[in-house]
Amino acid sequence: MQMHQAKRVEIIIEAMMERRLTEALSTAGVTGYTVLPVSGGSGRSGEWSREGQVGRAGGMVAVICLVRPERVDALLEAAFAVVERHIGVVSVTDAQVIRAERF
Amino acid sequence: MGEILDLAAQNMISPVILSFVLGLAAAFFRSDLSFPEAVAKGMSLYLLFAIGFKGGAGDAAHGVDQRLVSALVAGVVLSVSLPLVAFALLRSMTRVSVTDAAAVAAHYGSISIVTFVAATALLASQGIAAEGYMVAVAAAMEAPAIASALWLVAWRGGGSGERMNAELAREIMLNGSIVLLVGSFVIGWITGDEGLKQIESFIVSPFKGVLCLFLLDMGLVAGRGLRSGQAALSGGAILFALIMPPLGACAGLSAALLLGLSLGGTVLMMVLAASASYIAVPAAMRVALPEANPTLSLSLSLGITFPFNLMVGIPLYLAVAAAFVAV
Repeated sequence: MQMHQAKRVEIIIEAMMERRLTEALSTAGVTGYTVLPVSGGSGRSGEWSREGQVGRAGGMVAVICLVRPERVDALLEAAFAVVERHIGVVSVTDAQVIRAERF
Repeated sequence: MGEILDLAAQNMISPVILSFVLGLAAAFFRSDLSFPEAVAKGMSLYLLFAIGFKGGAGDAAHGVDQRLVSALVAGVVLSVSLPLVAFALLRSMTRVSVTDAAAVAAHYGSISIVTFVAATALLASQGIAAEGYMVAVAAAMEAPAIASALWLVAWRGGGSGERMNAELAREIMLNGSIVLLVGSFVIGWITGDEGLKQIESFIVSPFKGVLCLFLLDMGLVAGRGLRSGQAALSGGAILFALIMPPLGACAGLSAALLLGLSLGGTVLMMVLAASASYIAVPAAMRVALPEANPTLSLSLSLGITFPFNLMVGIPLYLAVAAAFVAV
């Protein structure tokens, strides 16, 4: 099957910033993304878990985008403007997609 | 003194407090007991709806009168001014940064609705009535402290705190817990006793049982938070979390006496001023002051002040209020 090169950008960000981030991505021309809940983890800011939590303050979400390689810089610029001051992780990996026209 | 101790002892062996203690103990001993996030959120929605509705129904006989407006204004003034006291105390008692002190101060100017709910349960068990509109006062006290904290950061140059813009203000004012509390209060107020009768079996009888489960969850969250956050807590910070509630309660008592609230209303005003937020303010602080250490704020408000108020503070405030206000 024909495969096409793409970049998979995964942004783990504080749940409170989800809407700001997705709006910035849309403004930067990102046509699609997926938001996943993150149940817990540990990092420089210590351990955390969603178990039993009521508010969103302590929670994180994962926003995942698949884009063509030439569009990744614009995406990262838009994302970084939002996430720069916040707890989180941004990573970019190589990926392959089947339907290139969707990205 | 004997009365205070009796009340505190009675409170300590109530199902509500024992449930909280069970949660704390389970967390300290690293039990795998836990509530799924959706269940905790569901119980919180139930409690907010029930307390708001009952408050509105209880106040349905009165219109929007001078008492309600005065109590709301007093609540807002307390919420704006308490962070200034908390900030000054933190800066003198600890070595935390301006940003961290302001973030913690915002938590202490705002309120803990669960502490408020626990206080209403204790008042009900003692047969003490309170003004229904104290629920509206609770909602009014959630947000102003956040503006005070942002002002403190701007004034003391504590970094790049976000300014209070329209978007942030909208997010704070339309925070889900505020919307549900105010909304259910209005529904209760419109439908009155008749409305309450229709859903009484849902929001009155199961209330204490749900509160027990919710406090069990709060005990788990508080215990785990304390365990993981103890490195962030200095002796000064812990002392602050123990002396700020009685100071806030004194401010609440003064406001209640000025307003001429009933004994129940006075206790609730003291509890509101003494409690610290761990739902609405942490969320706002993560947006507005992301450099602030969330572990510090939550460990103090949920790990120390919340248990203190729940187990010692509420009966203490009731005893003090009873000395000032005739039943």
